[in-house]
Amino acid sequence: MLDEVFRAEWARVLAALVGFCRDVDVAEDAAQEAFAIAARRWPVDGTPDNPRAWLVTTGRNRAVDRLRRDRTLAEKLRRLPQPAEIPVTTIPDERLELIFLCCHPALAPEARVALTLRALGGLSTPEIARAFLVGEETMKRRLTRARTKIREAGIPFRMPDADALPARLDAVLAVLYLIFNQGYGDGRVDLAAEAIRLTRTLAELVPDAERVLALLALMLLHDSRRAARFVDGELVPLAEQDRAAWDHDRIAEGRALLDRALAAGARGPYAVQAAIAELQTEDPVDWPSVVALYDTLHAQTGSPVVALNRAVAVAAAEGPGPALALVDALDLHGYRYFHSTRAELLRRLGDLPAARAAYDRALALTTTDGERRFLTRRRAQLG
Amino acid sequence: MRYALLINERPGAYDGLDDGQRAAITAEYLALRDDERVLDGARLASADTATTVRAVEGELLLTDGPFAETKEVFGGFYLVEADDLDAALALAARIPALRMGGSVEVRPVAGT
Repeated sequence: MLDEVFRAEWARVLAALVGFCRDVDVAEDAAQEAFAIAARRWPVDGTPDNPRAWLVTTGRNRAVDRLRRDRTLAEKLRRLPQPAEIPVTTIPDERLELIFLCCHPALAPEARVALTLRALGGLSTPEIARAFLVGEETMKRRLTRARTKIREAGIPFRMPDADALPARLDAVLAVLYLIFNQGYGDGRVDLAAEAIRLTRTLAELVPDAERVLALLALMLLHDSRRAARFVDGELVPLAEQDRAAWDHDRIAEGRALLDRALAAGARGPYAVQAAIAELQTEDPVDWPSVVALYDTLHAQTGSPVVALNRAVAVAAAEGPGPALALVDALDLHGYRYFHSTRAELLRRLGDLPAARAAYDRALALTTTDGERRFLTRRRAQLG
Repeated sequence: MRYALLINERPGAYDGLDDGQRAAITAEYLALRDDERVLDGARLASADTATTVRAVEGELLLTDGPFAETKEVFGGFYLVEADDLDAALALAARIPALRMGGSVEVRPVAGT
């Protein structure tokens, strides 16, 4: 019961408390204490009629206590209204302010990600540390430093001004996309699911932002293939995936969201990537259209990784020869997919020694088990 | 809160500008100075005129020039009163040095 309340209410309670005391640190401790008190009392006294109001009120009282104890924060206390004076029946939803605070471009990118997962997602510091493969102490320091900067530099808890809003929304989306990509397809803390949950929340809070819908569509369309991407811990390329294992509800939802985003005028990188992902869920895949969309994406981003993905689509549309010429023109020699893509194309062209060498280079750069198994098997199949 | 907007300029940023262009840039700096949130500010003379003072084993050591050779040199500052960082950043964004390859460091003044 409390777990569900925690998942559902953590971000709203924390946002209300940051709004109340204007200090992320104090608010977070207060929110945590409020949930801890709830865990002790609710099983005995019963769940209150309005759990959110109960948590916010308790949290406010905790925050005031903390501010009273802490002399350096005493000044802050004088500026606060007394908790009893604020009606809790209508607690404004300040999660959006909290998202913009956590994703403020004045914070280091890795701090934005960590803060967002902590504040909006309710993940614990050890969980975030595990997800990003850094030590708990390192993550703790990162979060502390970010909270200190928020306080000392006066990073505001409010909606950005209208002229700054589009760029600031992009910064939020970039954080959510980063979280999604970090968690896609591996079994640590489920960051992909967390990113989808946060993006859904954002889509509810800013309903007419077509870029938010496009990003959510992109996430759902990719995530729909999750169960098919690995078989027995080995990576399975798209063409060989078991389509029956795809989540067709997610695909349908992703499509519907993409349609809404496109109707609202979305044409940016998230929309284009979502459109590519959508085409790839169809059978047969319209590869020339995928190539055309990669052209658009490449024009938007100028990214050599996009050019590499485009070459993979060219291979499917026109064959491995033209694709290899495109790949060889790229300067991506430190990138494992560059070598695994070359290996695959060389194999199809029958140049086995060169394919073998390319698999070796890809294997040397690979960091995950699933990929290593896939590449090792492929290399062995060359004979 | 109070913030210092520390302006770093690319050396030679004004080279090749005519008098009219220089005057227009100066007018922009003065207009910022007139904003009611700007409490103070100064433009420094060229870094060539700087003398750096250090204490080495109790002795004062003077060297010609700024404290470090950098791509950008500190050229002046504004001291502003702003509601929060976003408001200070919006003021900083109006500083002409940004258009000429320079940068502005926005730092809160301690204890404000």
